[in-house]
Amino acid sequence: MAGHNTKKDAGNPILKRLLSSNLTWSVVALIVLIVICTIFDHGFLSLSWNENTGGLAGPLITMLQESARYLMIATGMTLVISTSGIDLSVGSVMAVAGAAAMQFLVSGLNVWLAILLSLLVGLVLGCINGALVSMLGLQPFITTLIMMLAGRGLAKVITAGQNTDAGSVAGSEPLRWMANGFILGIPANFVIAIIIVCLVGLLCRKTAMGMMIESVGINQEASRMTGIKPKKILFLVYAVSGLLAAIAGLFATASVMRVDVVKTGQDLEMYAILAVVIGGTSLLGGKFSLSGSAIGAVLIAMIRKTIITLGIDSAATPAFFAVVVIVICVMQAPKIHSLSAEIKRKRALKSEAKAVTA
Amino acid sequence: MTQNEPIVVMKGITIEFPGVKALDGVDLRLYPGEVHALMGENGAGKSTMIKALTGVYKIDAGSITVEGKPQTFNGTGDAQNAGIATVYQEVNLCTNLSIGENVMLGHEVRGPLGINWKKTHQEARKYLDQMGLGHLDPHAPLNSISIAMQQLVAIARAMVIDAKVLILDEPTSSLDANEVQDLFAIMRKVRDSGVAILFVSHFLDQIYEITDRLTILRNGQFIKEVMTKDTPRNELISMMIGKSAEELSQIGAKKERRAIGADEKPIVSVKGLGRKGSIQPTDLDIYAGEVVGFAGLLGSGRTELGRLLYGADKPETGTYKLNGNQVSINDPHTALKHRIAYSTENRRDEGIIGDLTVRENILIALQAIRGMFKPIPKKEADEIVDKYMKELNVRPADPNKLIKNLSGGNQQKVLIARWLATHPELLILDEPTRGIDIGAKAEIQQAVLDLAEQGMGVVFISSELEEVVRLSDNIEVLKDRRKIAELENDATVSQETIVDTIASNNAGKEA
Repeated sequence: MAGHNTKKDAGNPILKRLLSSNLTWSVVALIVLIVICTIFDHGFLSLSWNENTGGLAGPLITMLQESARYLMIATGMTLVISTSGIDLSVGSVMAVAGAAAMQFLVSGLNVWLAILLSLLVGLVLGCINGALVSMLGLQPFITTLIMMLAGRGLAKVITAGQNTDAGSVAGSEPLRWMANGFILGIPANFVIAIIIVCLVGLLCRKTAMGMMIESVGINQEASRMTGIKPKKILFLVYAVSGLLAAIAGLFATASVMRVDVVKTGQDLEMYAILAVVIGGTSLLGGKFSLSGSAIGAVLIAMIRKTIITLGIDSAATPAFFAVVVIVICVMQAPKIHSLSAEIKRKRALKSEAKAVTA
Repeated sequence: MTQNEPIVVMKGITIEFPGVKALDGVDLRLYPGEVHALMGENGAGKSTMIKALTGVYKIDAGSITVEGKPQTFNGTGDAQNAGIATVYQEVNLCTNLSIGENVMLGHEVRGPLGINWKKTHQEARKYLDQMGLGHLDPHAPLNSISIAMQQLVAIARAMVIDAKVLILDEPTSSLDANEVQDLFAIMRKVRDSGVAILFVSHFLDQIYEITDRLTILRNGQFIKEVMTKDTPRNELISMMIGKSAEELSQIGAKKERRAIGADEKPIVSVKGLGRKGSIQPTDLDIYAGEVVGFAGLLGSGRTELGRLLYGADKPETGTYKLNGNQVSINDPHTALKHRIAYSTENRRDEGIIGDLTVRENILIALQAIRGMFKPIPKKEADEIVDKYMKELNVRPADPNKLIKNLSGGNQQKVLIARWLATHPELLILDEPTRGIDIGAKAEIQQAVLDLAEQGMGVVFISSELEEVVRLSDNIEVLKDRRKIAELENDATVSQETIVDTIASNNAGKEA
């Protein structure tokens, strides 16, 4: 490894660092996708003021609106993955929280109480994950896989198998606003999501929480020997992930005021994991980057928007999605960077040799 | 025994890792019909040598000859094909398969319709009978028998593949006395059939019971090859640990013993502190300003006692008094809150948090005591990091470097800084000078003396007796997971005193 690095350091150091940063490639990918969309649909970048909603309107705005839920689950997932765990249940927890909120509204509960209770439900599910992983030492993959299946079932139990619709319930405006409203012209859910990401970031970096999470993810036994209580940390990250998934669930259901017990949050655990990986946090745990995951989350929303804009056949969307993600991951791979450097070096050598023979 | 040609000749074996010579020109000869032991303390290069012979590591220099043919091992498969079989400490068999399937794996008896399981199991029974394991049912699943029996099965398997050399890497560490005798019985059978056995164990009594020949390594270097029966224990121990006192003379001669006043109260006083399989109940008093040395060979219980004092392992018996008050120290967090700190011997796995910076590594224990939500103010943190990095002379002096990129000696200094930042009353240092260069070693030794001078109680655990004798006020001598003596380290005590104490004590033999 050491030998590799010294060979690589020949070029421009700032450019090199930019090129090897995951953030850079995520932003580049984001811009490339926007450019592609603009070529296909010249109105893609256009923004207009919608008098009815009191906010901006346009394809980019709907993309940001959709990204809010990804931001939430990607943030929770980042913390969990940093402890070298995984949370496969976020999509199902979204459905449970959404189902709970809709059902509470339909049964006539005050809207604020409904929001609070459904967040609590998400928190409790996260705590169950955390308790199983930390206290019983179960494998995160299995524990949260079971919660993923159980959560789907629980959502159906809550709504008695119905896709509960709270659209006609009076007094549910605050929840509606959370998903569809605007703050200073910007989608409210996006603003709320960004605020929460910043709060979590501050909590991690201004207290010792971030360092301890990373420490446990890097070396659990060594962390225990320093007096950290790894079990507490593990419990905490799963609990936070559950709570944030519940918020995502509210975003997802409140936009139509209806829960789809099968489709709400479906596959979103994969999107969250992808966002985290694109953001530069290793699946092996350790150092994490919340800003990286946030950009990853927006990128995921952008890929989905691109699929719609390009009018890709619905059957082919998963394949398109996969191709884009693979390309981004390949661009970020350190091996590719050393490989391209190697090719350049060889080319330089060849041209030198040619010059000599000539 | 008439000596014929050796089966395996390893000559001038050198293996380098980045920055370290793990082996430097080591020779090893294995004779058929002999049990040969590799001797040496941790880090001497025993396991590296075994890995060279089994093809796990490629050698950088030297030659390996098996039955007169020069060999180049590019992987474990090459070594196995050359007839070298290994039974590791952790049995590497398939616990979910039957005993017979494990014995015959890869050598199943085949018929026209694939494997003939009946014949395969019969064949397995034949091999088990040969090994005196006829009482085992080849059809029973492997995990239905004890770990000790599984090891014996692993040896039977080695016979199936017609091994010429059998390597047993610390096979006895988890066995009780009877199981060890079963193992030795089988080892003798295998030996008498003309196989060369390479045996690694840190139990001296076992070495003298079973082996014929010894090769002694120290710090990756070949010291000597001797016949077991011609080598007294004292001589063996001193060859293993070496006498490098001269190199470190700058710390000064043996320090004067700090006498404990009659009315002094110990910081820590434990009675009957013990844990099954780890260390037998032990009494110990540690006073302020005192350096207490734990001396003993690897596996003597010196580390285990340190871990119990810190709560890294939970004590099962005994009472723990801290400044006269009864406490129960069941985990590191509690220990640190009571101002007891322990620096591990296993720097890589239990010490450093590799991907965090030097600064974070220094602050993390103090932060853990304060709690997650009470961050250390930046100014105070800067001062702490700056102070200890200067005091301990950490190089490079950049607190934002990742600790994994520092040399071993500097990692060790950062870890000591971490514990000092918690202001411990009792600091337990387990092998703080292992695997680091002479300069850093001297600095750490000086730091130990300075800390005691300032009134801290220090427990100093080391495999280098010379260090222990030079730095300690009192020396606790351990053997076979038991404290066998407590020496007041005055002018009459030397390395030889400790070696004699260990060698002459046979009472604890597999108690």
